[in-house]
Amino acid sequence: MNTTKRQKQRKVLLMGKSGAGKSSMRSIVFSNYVAKDVRRLGATIDVEHSNIKFMGNLMLNLWDCGGQDGFVENYLTHQRAHVFSSVAVLIFVFDIESREFAADVISYSSIIRALAEHSPSAAVFVLIHKMDLVQARLRQQLFDERTEYIRSASESFAPTVDFFATSIWDQSLYKAWTQIIYFLIPNARSIEGLLRELAEVVEARELILYERTTCLMVTHVTRDVEAENPFSDRFERISSILKTHKQSMAKHTGIPAGSANFAEMQIKTGRFMFFITRLTENTNLAAAIPPSEQIFNAARINIALARPRFAELDIASKPRPAVQQA
Amino acid sequence: TGRLPNSKAGDGKPRLLLMGQRRSGKSSISSVVFHKLPPSETLYLETTTRIKKESMHSFMDFQVWDFPGHLDYFDPAFDVDNIFEEIGALIWVIDAQDEYLEAIMRLNTTILNLQHSYPNINVEVFVHKVDGLSEDYKGDTFRDIIQRVQDELSDHGYENAPVSFYQTSIYDHSIFEAFSKVIQKLIPQLPTLEALLNSLCSTCHIEKAYLFDIMSKIYIATDTSPTDIGSYEICSDYIDVVIDVSEIYGWPRGEQNGDDESLTETGNNDAESLITMERKGNNYLYLREINKYLALICLMGDDSPAEKKAVIDYNVGVFQAALKQVFPRAERDAVDAPAT
Ligand SMILES: Nc1nc2c(ncn2[C@@H]2O[C@H](COP(=O)(O)OP(=O)(O)OP(=O)(O)O)[C@@H](O)[C@H]2O)c(=O)[nH]1
Ligand SMILES: Nc1nc2c(ncn2[C@@H]2O[C@H](COP(=O)(O)OP(=O)(O)O)[C@@H](O)[C@H]2O)c(=O)[nH]1
Ligand SMILES: [Mg+2]
Repeated sequence: MNTTKRQKQRKVLLMGKSGAGKSSMRSIVFSNYVAKDVRRLGATIDVEHSNIKFMGNLMLNLWDCGGQDGFVENYLTHQRAHVFSSVAVLIFVFDIESREFAADVISYSSIIRALAEHSPSAAVFVLIHKMDLVQARLRQQLFDERTEYIRSASESFAPTVDFFATSIWDQSLYKAWTQIIYFLIPNARSIEGLLRELAEVVEARELILYERTTCLMVTHVTRDVEAENPFSDRFERISSILKTHKQSMAKHTGIPAGSANFAEMQIKTGRFMFFITRLTENTNLAAAIPPSEQIFNAARINIALARPRFAELDIASKPRPAVQQA
Repeated sequence: TGRLPNSKAGDGKPRLLLMGQRRSGKSSISSVVFHKLPPSETLYLETTTRIKKESMHSFMDFQVWDFPGHLDYFDPAFDVDNIFEEIGALIWVIDAQDEYLEAIMRLNTTILNLQHSYPNINVEVFVHKVDGLSEDYKGDTFRDIIQRVQDELSDHGYENAPVSFYQTSIYDHSIFEAFSKVIQKLIPQLPTLEALLNSLCSTCHIEKAYLFDIMSKIYIATDTSPTDIGSYEICSDYIDVVIDVSEIYGWPRGEQNGDDESLTETGNNDAESLITMERKGNNYLYLREINKYLALICLMGDDSPAEKKAVIDYNVGVFQAALKQVFPRAERDAVDAPAT
């Protein structure tokens, strides 16, 4: 059974008006751009595809759909079935600064209708983007207003659509994408089960499994007192910290960002110890443990020993009902 | 180098004065460097209308005075002595994206005015906001500004004025590097620190070692091997990684009892961190907290860290002890409030 490498292809549409920031976020999350590099991006012509492999044999098939009116028109007419069928997730990006919010929502509605027709069980995530341009104290209210308005235009998806406030300039981007990825991982439960066992064995306070290229979290296990950690945003913060470090190393050593991976990172203090190490082909494991050399050394060995079991999970994912049926 | 200009009795805290035209970026600089304001948030800073004095407590104390752009410091109503007496450095900010002739004129007037009473003041010119400029234009602007300042000063008979120039932007590390160099001039112990770092590097085969002020990420010394901005940026970004992770997992866990005591025995007193890279032939990074304010960061070659660890631990210990002699104050404080 382990011999058949079945691949879970998941089609993800990234849509929204031209200039909303779709290619920017894609380049940052998936192609190792730093936030200030995105100014160099031109408008996307038609659709740009990218594939990325995640834990549990998930293959993400991302369609970055250029947002200029002509292209959108085309998606909705000639290419309607091609674009909107077999979609697992639609990510729709709104530019908070847009002067034509009402028009943006009308365009959103027609896309929602096409999606309902061809992929009724798809999940919809709406990102209200470029939040950095709004003064901090006004953000929440503006976000709430927009959310309410967009939800009411979401037709059959209204009860389930998820909203995120994002910006390429902070970790909010990672928060949104982590949720989206989690939704897409076919065998999150079995990964979590295995991770929990491992956490018990190594006496970890917390284990975080994340994908190596994007630094997006796949899942985590938190034990005992760590559950009271006051930083509830720590997972997206860690994604953002690691991504920034990777870019820093790439920039200053001349190694391509894709290969600027560390073999290991350790931090030891009087309050905790922390290390990150490779777990499977596409994932790293971060472990926060109590401040003790013995626990630290034992944990490193036990994690090394657990690698094959996770690797197996990578290829032998059990078939599950697909998220959607075309 | 290393002498505190005009240091007198008084509070002994050297001042860094930030001056320049309005909107040149002074308040942004001080907020980004000393308050960790994200650069993009500086768009919302309000115009400074009064002198804003701030005290920075770190391995040494100093004050940063942020001046409103339109102030005439030589107005007789103004207490010039009070301003310039304890000065460590005068930082003059020029907006490189804007017309700068007037800024240069005012800078020169200021230098000439100060020349007689305070001949030793370091004048540090930040040619600022260079992020928006093309490489060529940036270089030309920089050279043009230097030329104009020097020509005009020598026209007034002032040759070899103690003026240094830096290209800066709050959107990258350049502002921190410039501040590092400005502050290094105010540290009397600099030669000693450099000698200590040199000796550490040669005994442990370290390629580059920096002593960082953790809070501001200014480096107060490095070994005397050639410095390139790249290695400074790697080290500076690395501090962020360690600080951020330490914040996330270093939260106070309240009273745990039982085996916790045995844990503190084996836990590290001073935070320590190591990063090894996957690809052979790449440097690896090492960080060690020296005291409450300072961290040592080293870039090392690709020989195995495990073998070298004992040598490093020993020599860093020696370095740390020597530093206690140089900055006794930091240690005193550290006893009052233990480092985390
Ligand atoms: N302030 C701010 N600007 C952003 C953010 N994200 C993207 N931008 C800017 O928005 C502009 C357009 O970004 P793109 O990613 O090319 O837009 P797009 O949605 O792919 O546009 P099309 O390909 O034409 O559909 C760029 O100038 C980005 O720098 C953000 O979070 N904050
Ligand atoms: N592009 C760019 N803009 C900057 C930089 N530093 C400051 N600014 C902007 O310049 C403007 C004026 O800055 P401010 O600090 O208020 O100037 P001050 O009047 O000299 O204190 C603000 O909009 C800042 O965002 C920089 O390095 N690059
Ligand atoms: Mg695009």
